Amino acid sequence: MTDQTQPAPKARSPLAETAEMFLKNHAAVVASIVLIAIIIAAIIGPPLYADDPFEMVWAPFSPPGEEGFILGTDYLGRDMLSMILSGARVSLAIGVTAAFVSVFIGITIGALAGFYRGWVEEVLMRFTEFFQVLPTLLFSMVIVALFGASLVTVTVAIGVVSWTAVARITRAEFLRIRELEYVMASRAAGAGNMKLMFAVILPNALPPIIVQAALMVGTAILFEAGLAFLGLTDPNVISWGQIIGSNREAILSEPFAVTIPGVAIFITVLAISLVGDGLNDALNPKLRAR
Amino acid sequence: MTALLDVRDLVVRFPLKRANILAAREYLYAVNGVSFTVGRGKTLAIVGESGSGKTTTALAVARLVTAHSGHINLDGHDMLSVEGAALRAARAKFQFIFQDPYSSLNPRLRAGEIVAEPLRSLGQTPSDEIQPRVDELFAAVGLRPEQQRLFPHQFSGGQRQRLGIARALAPNPDLIICDEPVSALDVAVQAQILNLLRKLQVERGLTYLFISHDLGVVQHMCDEVAVMYKGEIVEHADRLSLFNAPQHSYTKALLAAVPTVDTKRRDQNRRMREAAGHGQS
Amino acid sequence: MALLEVQNLRVELKTREGIFPVIDDLSFSLEEGQNLALVGESGCGKSMTALALMGLVPHPVGRIAGGSIKFNGEDLVAASDARMRAIRGNDISMIFQEPMTSLNPVYTTGEQIAEVLRRHQGLGRKAAWENSVELLDAVGIPTPRQRAEVYPHQMSGGQRQRVMIAMALACRPKILIADEPTTALDVTVQAQIFDLLRDLEREFGTALILITHDMGAVVEMADRMIVMYAGRKAEEGPVDAVINTPLHPYTKGLIACVPHLMDTITEDRPELFEIPGIVPPLSRFGEDACLFRDRSDQCTQKCYECRPAEVKIGEQIVACWGAE
Repeated sequence: MTDQTQPAPKARSPLAETAEMFLKNHAAVVASIVLIAIIIAAIIGPPLYADDPFEMVWAPFSPPGEEGFILGTDYLGRDMLSMILSGARVSLAIGVTAAFVSVFIGITIGALAGFYRGWVEEVLMRFTEFFQVLPTLLFSMVIVALFGASLVTVTVAIGVVSWTAVARITRAEFLRIRELEYVMASRAAGAGNMKLMFAVILPNALPPIIVQAALMVGTAILFEAGLAFLGLTDPNVISWGQIIGSNREAILSEPFAVTIPGVAIFITVLAISLVGDGLNDALNPKLRAR
Repeated sequence: MTALLDVRDLVVRFPLKRANILAAREYLYAVNGVSFTVGRGKTLAIVGESGSGKTTTALAVARLVTAHSGHINLDGHDMLSVEGAALRAARAKFQFIFQDPYSSLNPRLRAGEIVAEPLRSLGQTPSDEIQPRVDELFAAVGLRPEQQRLFPHQFSGGQRQRLGIARALAPNPDLIICDEPVSALDVAVQAQILNLLRKLQVERGLTYLFISHDLGVVQHMCDEVAVMYKGEIVEHADRLSLFNAPQHSYTKALLAAVPTVDTKRRDQNRRMREAAGHGQS
Repeated sequence: MALLEVQNLRVELKTREGIFPVIDDLSFSLEEGQNLALVGESGCGKSMTALALMGLVPHPVGRIAGGSIKFNGEDLVAASDARMRAIRGNDISMIFQEPMTSLNPVYTTGEQIAEVLRRHQGLGRKAAWENSVELLDAVGIPTPRQRAEVYPHQMSGGQRQRVMIAMALACRPKILIADEPTTALDVTVQAQIFDLLRDLEREFGTALILITHDMGAVVEMADRMIVMYAGRKAEEGPVDAVINTPLHPYTKGLIACVPHLMDTITEDRPELFEIPGIVPPLSRFGEDACLFRDRSDQCTQKCYECRPAEVKIGEQIVACWGAE
């Protein structure tokens, strides 16, 4: 009765397979090393390099290297390296938090629309389309202008304007997966709607959402930089965008002061999107050999 | 003896797309007034071709699609009126085996968890009894205990269907509804699953509602057969009468169409089909 | 000379674990107008054999590594791509399991048949159209002139398979390969398609290679049959002989494991015969041993040591150390 011919394969989880696929993508591996280095620098940099980033330490706009200031000083003579390190914390935090906000809103709306269908889907998708056609930068500027330029407002504003993609992806995945027999099998086994939605369908719908979320971190950092450049951010907190914004008067005379934070943003966003691509390949079952 | 499952005048309908907003809603009657009973420990097969409504009937009995009207009585309890938590609890008594062993198992759960799922969802089993029960079920369907740690994609088609059977057996149901349980499997594996289903039926006194388009398989598995055509049962008889002396012309045509290794039956079938003329599809 | 002569055909597939023969030393021949069935479980090389005959072995994972396929004396293995394109659809055609995905959804059925005729027979637009309407009529599609103008999704599964057959027969091929042509169809439609294929063969003189796992379909349609297992020929012979006295344990198993609809159904329902286990993975296909040994209860030491040679017993050819 038992088939004896099959050798017992090792119990490899989908997670382990995904990790293996990811490690084969060299660009993504390099990018994740860069990203980890940036995160470590953001965490241990400020306490180790113990300068107060707001302290004016030297003459304004000293070029990099002068007087031991590796990245020079800004328009107020503050140490650029110190600012970049503490700015990394804020930029990354805003990026990750905003991505979380948008993923949370997106999954909730997409899951409800895709699971219940009917009028629920109609209403929620029209709502999503409404947010999709809003000019995002303008709308987030309005939010920041109304509620004040604090970190929380900026983060929420970015999250609120960028969840539509997640909602659409989640809905599409739910529509596909809800028709699969294992969902019906769980229902036959006695699972209720909440369990079906969040314990059965959602874990299977996650791969494309994770990829989207990773890319969204990069977008959110850029978005914050855009708002900060326009001065719509908390002036008491240093972020990379804010460094660019505050030095923009000198964009032609002292280009290094905007280039350095710009390069930091560029490297980080590039690394994030390469990691996102790697995740996409690793999580996409079509590319995975059976 | 009263029947375990008693289905009366079951109707399932699906709304069709409206031509315009003002037009009256029209419905497709997938199952149109179907009645049958199944005795405890017996197998009733529902046969028919695609679009006959046999799978919809099975899904309606399992409360996986909504019946429009009719009565479904299981072991003296009305199954169409229970809702919500009561329905989830009642599901322990009727379980479902799906056609496609590839899509009916959640790819993110380990095999042991898949079999334990009904026990956890129905919440009638104390948690310390779940693992022994899963061990017992794995042995019953011919899987090794260490295979509980594997994920569905690491199993062959036949083994996956064994997992599907173990999951259906888990809450100790009275009735198991089998929807084409072997049609997605390779021929050599079909025999393993069919023998297993019959063995379990004898051992556990199970009642099967067996949905299939394969008359050879039906002949082997059932005690009674109901032939469905366009949402209605056109003939319902015990196994020997139906196969040896079919009454309805559709049943006759269906039987005559099955290719067979028995040359006598083959020649007879050809004569019948030629007499009926080459119908158009 | 036979119409088709396949000799020592070997087709290799490249996988992550290495290169393995999906078809391993396969020889057979097909006479004009003959019906041959290829039987076996999935993964035994039936469909790959069909693709090899069509010159459609998936490139670059697969390649024909040895042997010859002689069609009317011409070796198709050595033929150029251009020559194969001319043969495909013209002399050898194929119909597939799933008629929905093998028809192009953006062209009408008439256009698709006419396209084949224009490409292979060089017919003009009008002549090709008229001809395709005639073909639809020949495969039993009612009101063919109207049906030629509808799209594949507007037809039923049976009608789509009829259209596929009309396309495959458009150039009156010498050989028609049918890869599980009725698996996706209902039994009554299957019977109609089989009747249609038989009628058309009589009319066109086409030889048929039927790929199937259904012994009933083999008995219904074929004169000769080849049972394939793990890329090798297990048994070959006239259908009646093989069905009545199967010599290879795999053939016996394939016949006995299916509950057939016999002439008279009796009360008696013995357990079905089980072939234990499953087809070995591709990575074991090349072994110099009997690949069926794990699933057979009558194997000997010899089965582990060396690949069984093909022996001729009566009208049948069998590759099993246990066959006498």
